[in-house]
Amino acid sequence: MWIEIGHFSVLIALLLTLLGGATALYALQRRDVHWAALALAVAPLAFLLILLGFLTLMAAFIADDFSVTYVAQHSNRALPIQYKMSAVWGAHEGSFLLWCLVMGGWMMLVARLSESLALVMRLQVMTVLYGLQACFLLFLLLASSPFDRSLPFYPGEGADLNPLLQDFGLIVHPPLLYMGYVGLSVPFAFAIASLWSGSVDLSWAKWSRPWTNVAWAFLTAGITLGSWWAYYELGWGGWWFWDAVENASFMPWLLATALVHSLAATEKRGVFKSWTLLLAISGFAFSLLGAFLVRSGVLTSVHSFAVDPQRGLAILAFLVPVVGGSLALYAIRAKSIKTSAVFAATSRESFILGNNVLLSVAALMILLGTIYPLIYEAATGGLKISVGPPYFNALFLPLAGLLLLILMVGHETRWRKTELAHLLKGQRWQWLVSFALMGALLSWLESSSIPQALFAWLSLNVLVGLARQWGTRAHLRGRWRALMEQSTSYYSMLLGHVGLVIAVIGIAATSISSIEQDLRMAPGDEVQVGDYAMRLTRVGEVDGPNYIAERGEVVVTQGGQFVARLFPEKRRYHVSQMVMTEAAIDAGLSRDLYVALGEPLGDGAWSVRIQVKPLVRWIWLGGVLIAFSGLLSLLDLRYRKRTTQRAQMANESLATLSQGH
Amino acid sequence: MLAVANLLIPSLLGLMILVSGASVANTVEDLTFADDASRDRYQNLIDELRCPQCLNTNLAGSDAMIAANLRREVYRMVTLGETDEAIKSFMYERYGDFILYRPRLMPSTWALWLLPGVLLMIGIWVWWVMARLSSSDSDDEMQMSETDLAEVERLLGESHRANDT
Amino acid sequence: MAKQSFLIPLAIFLALVLILGLGFTLDDPHRLPSVRVGQPFPEFSLPDLTKPEIERTEGDLKGPALVNVWATWCPTCYAEHEALKVIEQTGVRIFGINYADDADKARAFLSDLGDPYVLNVVDADGRLAIDLGVYGAPETFVIDREGHILYRHVGAVDARVWQETLSPMIQSLAGAGSG
Repeated sequence: MWIEIGHFSVLIALLLTLLGGATALYALQRRDVHWAALALAVAPLAFLLILLGFLTLMAAFIADDFSVTYVAQHSNRALPIQYKMSAVWGAHEGSFLLWCLVMGGWMMLVARLSESLALVMRLQVMTVLYGLQACFLLFLLLASSPFDRSLPFYPGEGADLNPLLQDFGLIVHPPLLYMGYVGLSVPFAFAIASLWSGSVDLSWAKWSRPWTNVAWAFLTAGITLGSWWAYYELGWGGWWFWDAVENASFMPWLLATALVHSLAATEKRGVFKSWTLLLAISGFAFSLLGAFLVRSGVLTSVHSFAVDPQRGLAILAFLVPVVGGSLALYAIRAKSIKTSAVFAATSRESFILGNNVLLSVAALMILLGTIYPLIYEAATGGLKISVGPPYFNALFLPLAGLLLLILMVGHETRWRKTELAHLLKGQRWQWLVSFALMGALLSWLESSSIPQALFAWLSLNVLVGLARQWGTRAHLRGRWRALMEQSTSYYSMLLGHVGLVIAVIGIAATSISSIEQDLRMAPGDEVQVGDYAMRLTRVGEVDGPNYIAERGEVVVTQGGQFVARLFPEKRRYHVSQMVMTEAAIDAGLSRDLYVALGEPLGDGAWSVRIQVKPLVRWIWLGGVLIAFSGLLSLLDLRYRKRTTQRAQMANESLATLSQGH
Repeated sequence: MLAVANLLIPSLLGLMILVSGASVANTVEDLTFADDASRDRYQNLIDELRCPQCLNTNLAGSDAMIAANLRREVYRMVTLGETDEAIKSFMYERYGDFILYRPRLMPSTWALWLLPGVLLMIGIWVWWVMARLSSSDSDDEMQMSETDLAEVERLLGESHRANDT
Repeated sequence: MAKQSFLIPLAIFLALVLILGLGFTLDDPHRLPSVRVGQPFPEFSLPDLTKPEIERTEGDLKGPALVNVWATWCPTCYAEHEALKVIEQTGVRIFGINYADDADKARAFLSDLGDPYVLNVVDADGRLAIDLGVYGAPETFVIDREGHILYRHVGAVDARVWQETLSPMIQSLAGAGSG
């Protein structure tokens, strides 16, 4: 019965959303404050209703209600409770409900937190968001409802959640990722509102910034977490595979990063207005495209949800008017935007432009590689081709190098114009220090790889340059004062860039200097991998809550000193009979030790995959820092505005009070 | 005596090589390599070859039987001294280009390999044009804004006085 | 920027939609087309399943015929076996390749469930399967009189597959040869 209530609740939410959109349009037409208030009040209510629906579904999982088809397909009595709860978003229907829930949440926040925005813009933004949400809810209820029951005959036991998903990663990765994907709808809505009203003044840039930064931060966190999850879950030590679904999250991230930079330039200097609008539209468009790719079955992927071409067509049918319409609106309105673009080739604006161009080229390049198999198959009449990591790495790396170069020099630039002398000042010293540090790093890694050296040098250069810049400011104004006077947005920029180069150093180190060996080991065998001696002591059978496993014990020593005891497993889950490799990892800031069981080779021997991966944790550490930087920027813009607003309002009310007496 | 030794030693060596050769040709992966270079070649190849049955995994990361069998073939060919090209040819002659994660450069993939470079050129050109356009204005603008700046200050001064009342 | 250049994003998007829409008309992304079609059957020398002392080669596979790749560890092969027995009744030659299997289990399978095959070869290490471009079981090939591969079907052969695809092929091959 609760599921029906949940279903009904979401249906009401859809009706409210439609009502909200209609009311907002009406209020816009009439410029009526009261109708506007109604339009804005609908959003929180709709959110709560969707939340109710979501909770009833979760309750059905917890209660093992297998009469609900979705629960029967993805749960099991023996499934641990935390996975029963996260199984709600483990497959297409439920995850789409999560998508709608997150969208509802963002809409509620926008409705509540935009009080100081001009009413017209506020209503326009909400109209766009209501329109989008109405389409999402319609799709949910008509084409992928998790609330369906299979009565009167339903299974007594569920089919179990895919073992790969029975993990902490499932609990956090999709929610974070969706916060990012869906959050990009807010700058999108602002951009559409701006084009719609025809007045591209700078208030939309100012207003879009915090929303964009937060959405981008969540997207960063989601991608970082996804990479970390794949690393320890999939059993072969890789952390990024340029899989279609990974690309589907990376492309919007690249564009959102460009958007974050472009918005900063637009707000500060009034430049790149039409570029920023285009990026705002494209970022969300790629989010939607990502949703399409994951759910349509058009591309093969380890991550994709169960294939259903009908759903894919529905999403495509939705994409065409929404994105096509936005781009058409852009084509019509954007050309009349007057940009007072005044900057030199060596200015900060110019470098931001270069940065954005490279990010956009990267996104398009990844798109090409991702959909090329489709083009190829259509063009050759059925032949299949694969485009994988060798292709993407080969093309992305040069772009990444250029981006780092721009970052390295860009930090020295000033708005509008930078004297060449200023740019080069202190560079020689900086380059030498970075070179020395790079040399130290490479000798520690025992490597002589040129690409690795180059990326390490560029990254270290950025770090040294930032330290130098900060030191200069501190020196000029006295340390503590300098610290305090820097704005939070300066620090968030700093943190973001620091996070980026830390991640790059991690990638450079682990990609070239990892040691990977597949070895035959029998109990009692010891092998030397890098500096580490690894001994397989035994392999035995172990019972898990819903699986049975072969578990090996590997003792790791370094120079006679004990380092770790690792327990790699090969699991067979009872219900699905799926075999899964559970790698054993000794995590460390300087390196990870990664051991996974391959296959039994007879006579008690196993093929074992052993990896030593230097600095691999830096990749995710960098990602986390970048995500934090996005959240940090909130403190600057919103908080201060709030205090000045409150102060202003307080002054005004005092003034009216005093006038009254 | 010497003649016998001359015969015996090479044949003993030959026997040893034969025996070790036999273990190399074993159906189960021994995973022993003559040198690091061979091991690296093996690792790189199984990273670049796709498992035909899986949903997007390379041979290195797959538990499927076909992947294990193909890894064994790669191992066999690497230890026999076949070149990377020969091994990849072996694979795509049987499974098509699907099995290669690095698409071969052929007329049907020219667009794939060359378009990104073209996009980059276009991007750089766009940046160049915008930088030129903007900087050619900048000198004039700065002059103008100086005179305008004075005007603006005068106007601001007036409006401040207006607000104080 | 030129007025028309603002249309470029829209143009790119529409092209993208076209390509993605095209994706729906294409084959199942998980199905691989065989690149061995049109080529002669790979050379091999493997023991016969039921008479292990005899070595069979590619010359023993006399077309037009079906060549079926199967194994006892493959659940779908059990269902397919019934269909193969029916097909064999129509006079079509079916050769078998026992793929990466236990020969004893395979022999037991045939004696328990019937043997529709003209002969079966034991491909214990799967080398022949690799040469054929096989990536799973069951798979069925159609070969012609000269021993060239004309077609590969992935998955179980059932009545529909036989009637719609394989039977017409075999008949046209037989018809072309006779007379």
